[in-house]
Amino acid sequence: MQGPLIDTLARQGVSRRTFLKYCATLASMMALPPAAGLAMAEAMAAARRPSVIWLPFQECTGCTESFTRSHSPTLEGMIFDMISLDYQETLMAAAGHQAEEARHTAMRDNAGKYLLVIDGSIPLDQGGAYSCIGGRSNLDILKEAAEGAAAIIAMGTCAAYGGIPKANPNPTGAVSVSDIVKDKPIVNIPGCPPIPVVMTGVLAHYLTFGSLPELDDKGRPKAFFGETIHDRCYRRPFYDQGKFAKTFDDEGARRGWCLFELGCKGPVTYNACATVKWNGGTSWPVESGHGCLGCSEPDFWDAGGFYKALSLPADPLKFAAAAAVVGTGAGVAIGFANRSKKGGAKSAHETTTLDDLEK
Amino acid sequence: MNELQFLTWVRGTGLNIAVAIFLLGVTWRLFEIYSLGRKKDLSAPRHASGASGLHTVFRRSLAPPGMLKRSPVSYIGGYIFHLGLAVVVFLFAPHILLISNLTGLSWPGLPSQFIDLAAVVTMAAMLVMLVDRISKPVKRFLSTFEDWFTWTVTFLPVLTGWMAVQHLLLPYTTMLALHILSVEILLIVLPFTKLFHAFTLFGSRWYNGRVNAHKGVPV
Repeated sequence: MQGPLIDTLARQGVSRRTFLKYCATLASMMALPPAAGLAMAEAMAAARRPSVIWLPFQECTGCTESFTRSHSPTLEGMIFDMISLDYQETLMAAAGHQAEEARHTAMRDNAGKYLLVIDGSIPLDQGGAYSCIGGRSNLDILKEAAEGAAAIIAMGTCAAYGGIPKANPNPTGAVSVSDIVKDKPIVNIPGCPPIPVVMTGVLAHYLTFGSLPELDDKGRPKAFFGETIHDRCYRRPFYDQGKFAKTFDDEGARRGWCLFELGCKGPVTYNACATVKWNGGTSWPVESGHGCLGCSEPDFWDAGGFYKALSLPADPLKFAAAAAVVGTGAGVAIGFANRSKKGGAKSAHETTTLDDLEK
Repeated sequence: MNELQFLTWVRGTGLNIAVAIFLLGVTWRLFEIYSLGRKKDLSAPRHASGASGLHTVFRRSLAPPGMLKRSPVSYIGGYIFHLGLAVVVFLFAPHILLISNLTGLSWPGLPSQFIDLAAVVTMAAMLVMLVDRISKPVKRFLSTFEDWFTWTVTFLPVLTGWMAVQHLLLPYTTMLALHILSVEILLIVLPFTKLFHAFTLFGSRWYNGRVNAHKGVPV
């Protein structure tokens, strides 16, 4: 194996063996055939370092924070060696006009070839005035940057589906990348924040095969978003046995029983947390005792409350009492109508006598 | 509207509407039916042992002599699917959670594998009943649109619930939303169709028993 990446990694003390193991793991995680691991290792080791422009829009920088601090020492972080990150406001040294210049240079020099990574939603209200960089709205910058991109990676739920800025009542008119850009391949990597290895997986796939991985109907890589948290959850047996934690500090919670009744959205959330886990495989939300919020699903923020079980009403049943009263009223009214009808029929009843019959 | 929004709608607005119509319908129909009254029977009551409202409520739960042999499908299939429905509806943990949230009443559930089995048995019994209804000329002749319709709205919640748990055909989120939607349809039509027997069954048996007891006939 030769190439710029493997040399850089060797300098950082990452052995060839470690690198191969990582690639094999990545390939198996993405459900690729065993040979793909080697192909990936070769392609990634010799990568030509594609230009990547990373644009932050209406976001909290949590995605970048989570991503850059994923592992230590960082193998996920090798993405920064694997690519040429030409613009990333949080990480770059340049500022102001120099930063803008760096972006323009990268866009010009790699026109049609660069990867565009977006985190954050795009506000449309007030002409996009809610989020501007260098005096230009996010919408403007996105359209300009998308023009020459080979593909776009929407990093995080905000970029993928609008996320928390889009939560009801969506004061800024936030939309997702795919609401704006229609003519470029877009990979959504939702999550709040998204799992770092998914990003590496997508990039490795792109470098190895020159194409984006297979996506589901919401634009997410199937390899990572193919199954629900619930189906892969280590607490699933407790769900099937009907053993639930009722509060966060009861006997059930201490025994690690299912968190369904505490509002876990695992059954309707497609993500890889349960298998990949977080912080270098240390733990993940359900393992630490809190139900899944469903952060990788569109509009998860408005899905009826984080602590309400999925089988419970999302809103209070406010018409119920009124309906019962109206129903009672209608029933009683019809009852009276029926009685007066019967009374009327009784008084209109004419008795038949023998004389009548003999007429 | 994506799947999660669909699910949130059926859990929220949809459920609100369905429960409202259900409660409105049930109270309306109960008051309407029980306020009808009957003409006073002026004849002297005739006593016969075993003739009373209470007796009839129990006796009509059993097949009259010989009937089990004549139409086994109606009795055995009917029993299986009614019991199956009760098990699936009232002993599945997420259902109990809903009931306890709405009413405050709670009881232990059964393992989901057992509920799964009960759902399959229930559906099988309902399908056998349907085939019987179609293949027996007399039953078919007596069936109206309402019979086919109520069978469908009863069958769909079981089917969609089972398919959601088994991850069949559609993603779980969509199937779960469809399941809740099908239950809402059932709730809405229940007070206005023959499905209202869930509420009137024992009342009418008691009434018939009383009338017959007055005439001295243990039925």
